[in-house]
Amino acid sequence: MSTIKKIQAEIVEDFGMFDDWMQKYEYLIDLGNELAPIKEQYKTEDNLIKGCQSRVWLHAEHTQGKIIFTADSDAIMTKGIVAILINVLSNQAPKDIATAKLDFINEIGLKDQLSPTRANGLVSMIKKMKLYAIAFNN
Amino acid sequence: MLDISKIRKQFPILSTKVNGENLVYFDNGATTQKPQSVITAESNYYQNENSNVHRGVHFLSGLATDKFEETRITIQNFIGAKHSHEIIFTKGTTDSINIVASGYRTLLNKGDEIIISELEHHSNIVPWQMCCEQSGATLKVIPLLDNGSLDMIAFENFLSENTKLVSVSHISNTLGTINPIEKIIEKAQAVGAKVMIDGAQAAAHISLNMQSLGADFYCFSAHKLYGPTGVGILYGKEDVLNELPPYQGGGEMIKEVSFKKTTYACLPHKFEAGTPNIAGVVAFKSAIDFITELGLSNIAKYEEELLQYATEEVLKIEGLKIYGTAKNKSGIISFNINELHPYDIGMIVDKMGIAIRTGHHCTQPIMERFNIPGTARISLAVYNTKEEIDICINALKKAKMMLS
Repeated sequence: MSTIKKIQAEIVEDFGMFDDWMQKYEYLIDLGNELAPIKEQYKTEDNLIKGCQSRVWLHAEHTQGKIIFTADSDAIMTKGIVAILINVLSNQAPKDIATAKLDFINEIGLKDQLSPTRANGLVSMIKKMKLYAIAFNN
Repeated sequence: MLDISKIRKQFPILSTKVNGENLVYFDNGATTQKPQSVITAESNYYQNENSNVHRGVHFLSGLATDKFEETRITIQNFIGAKHSHEIIFTKGTTDSINIVASGYRTLLNKGDEIIISELEHHSNIVPWQMCCEQSGATLKVIPLLDNGSLDMIAFENFLSENTKLVSVSHISNTLGTINPIEKIIEKAQAVGAKVMIDGAQAAAHISLNMQSLGADFYCFSAHKLYGPTGVGILYGKEDVLNELPPYQGGGEMIKEVSFKKTTYACLPHKFEAGTPNIAGVVAFKSAIDFITELGLSNIAKYEEELLQYATEEVLKIEGLKIYGTAKNKSGIISFNINELHPYDIGMIVDKMGIAIRTGHHCTQPIMERFNIPGTARISLAVYNTKEEIDICINALKKAKMMLS
């Protein structure tokens, strides 16, 4: 099992423990609060992914064959999901990121939040993470 | 006195459960729910009356045309227009504004000025920017005061013989401010300008009389008046509409077509090219009947009571700030709680069955004015209750607790 797959399995397991939406949302809020901060200098217009509802900043660095993502959002629930995506895709090889299937999103019941109609910037964030991976892979 | 529980029974969707909770629908500024009579009228049209309008000699075409035109007369009476041909059916408020703005591209020249305001919906900003870009006219923007009302002194200073058109909303969709449109119309027309009023948020809440109001154009959408989506009204004074060039070419809007010269049909058909949303127009009559039966003044009185109650109650939440505190306000409350992001609040109360709108509400200049990313917005309709407000307040308190 690849690392990305393994991390996804762990996340699915974590979410499996919650009985209701409140626990799930509280967990997301915690994850959002615990997300390692992005460096202020990277919170630029270029790194901003504008959603209609919330905004996401994403920065990528390529070191020692891996991509390190840092990110932030102005909405804490969005930031919680951002934290999960960072957990799954950061510190991985570009090739693995580019080809990763993010099946866990459906399994943890956050499909709605990651649908293009939600306009919270998350779909564009995944797309951008993959684009970085493709660019760094070449 | 309105019997609200009886009114609620007419709206099938209000008994929806969301996440196991009763739906509390507070997003009426975006669109209202539909009473059974409107739903029935729309489906009855397709079952028993469907045909194209104004085009056939046969029985059904005549029936569809009669029904379609019946709504026009109903709207004429509803807004106190002088003639029924001053009522143009459109796709919605946005479409109505675009029809006028597009016509003005050829009517305006460099040096002419259009005035709008800082509290406008994007659909009453962008069409005028496009109009200015193509005509060379200049756009002037009436600034907002801190309480969300228009700076009328600035407005009067803008007025000159160069002012050709003023377009402002009757009620702000974000702040709830009821603008002093009577005064705006009077002052603008005194310098020879035409006035367009965006009544999207007003027509379901304030009774209108075009003849006494004197606006040159007034527009609104059926779906914010308990009617179907995809139908709007553009009212224009007869002579003003006659001067306005047509927006789209096609069937129905012509008098004669030849390759040498085509002449346009009379009002209202000049602005109604193509097959319209006939079913929607027909069903819109049932929505107006619903409002008229309750009485707009009764609706306004009840909503005012709800607004007052909701305002008092939300302000009990510590750290909650309301944006838009003008003296003259409609049933819209835009707010933020401390530094919490409105999107987070909206997501949490949604899980408790409460539908509120969050974001910039298509009014980014207002957000910029108050330096906020967005607001959460409660917008009321006649079927809402004080109990629902209580449920919402509790949900907001819970959201605040979870997020703080």
